[in-house]
Amino acid sequence: MTTASAEYGRVLDLVTRVHGVRGAMLVAGDDGLVVAEQLMEGIKGPAVAALAASLATRLRRALEAAGVGAGQFWHLQAEQGALLVVTAASGVLVVAVAEPDVNVGLVRLELLRAAEAVG
Amino acid sequence: MTTRAVEPWILEPLVKFVKEAGARLVLLMTPAGQVLAQHGFSRAVDVMAAAALGAAIMASTDEIARQLGQPPFAGLNHQGERHGIFLAAVPTGRGRLVALIVYDLAASSLGLVQLFFEQLAADLQAASPKDSVPKQVLAADFERELSDSLNTLFGR
Repeated sequence: MTTASAEYGRVLDLVTRVHGVRGAMLVAGDDGLVVAEQLMEGIKGPAVAALAASLATRLRRALEAAGVGAGQFWHLQAEQGALLVVTAASGVLVVAVAEPDVNVGLVRLELLRAAEAVG
Repeated sequence: MTTRAVEPWILEPLVKFVKEAGARLVLLMTPAGQVLAQHGFSRAVDVMAAAALGAAIMASTDEIARQLGQPPFAGLNHQGERHGIFLAAVPTGRGRLVALIVYDLAASSLGLVQLFFEQLAADLQAASPKDSVPKQVLAADFERELSDSLNTLFGR
């Protein structure tokens, strides 16, 4: 029997093993709190979680208003890195913080796998 | 929605917090329930009730912590269907203050409130007068002090 935290650790491993990923988190989508994290030093986990959840809520509303259905994946590219997010069926966000030149397709694939595992 | 403070040094950090955290109602008060600033309240009676209840909850949790032999709890969150309440202490140069924050779950979240509350606490600590001693409100002056504070808090 595996504990929830061990299972979450295994899920986050899927994402952080991708070259260029600096950290991954599971975030409660409703309240923006960190559920589990594997982050390199210098990344402010609670801040990323709170702001990513807030952004996810607003994006969801924008997509609903546009009548295009629920969002599955979003990717914000910045000068010094990227933020990639997938929403699991339960509403938990799987968040990756990555280097600017990361293989986005691969990170997306692993985020989707992680989201499926989280349920 | 207006933000008003009895003591001017509170106003700027509080306005910034309300904007960033998306808070709906905020009270900053002493642990005894004397209100120093408010955001979002439209009636004095609501401020008085919320301050009394917030101070009482804070006193209760402080006592629970004391009985458990640990320092006071950092914060308390209570989440309902549409709104959440966050209650926490802020150390300042004017002594320990209590913040009562009501947030709308459709517009904010516990994560956002906690995140920007840390900044509010740091801003209040930096802005507070360091050399002043909190003024004691005597029973004889209580009604006048309360009336003056409410007049300031509601711009009368």
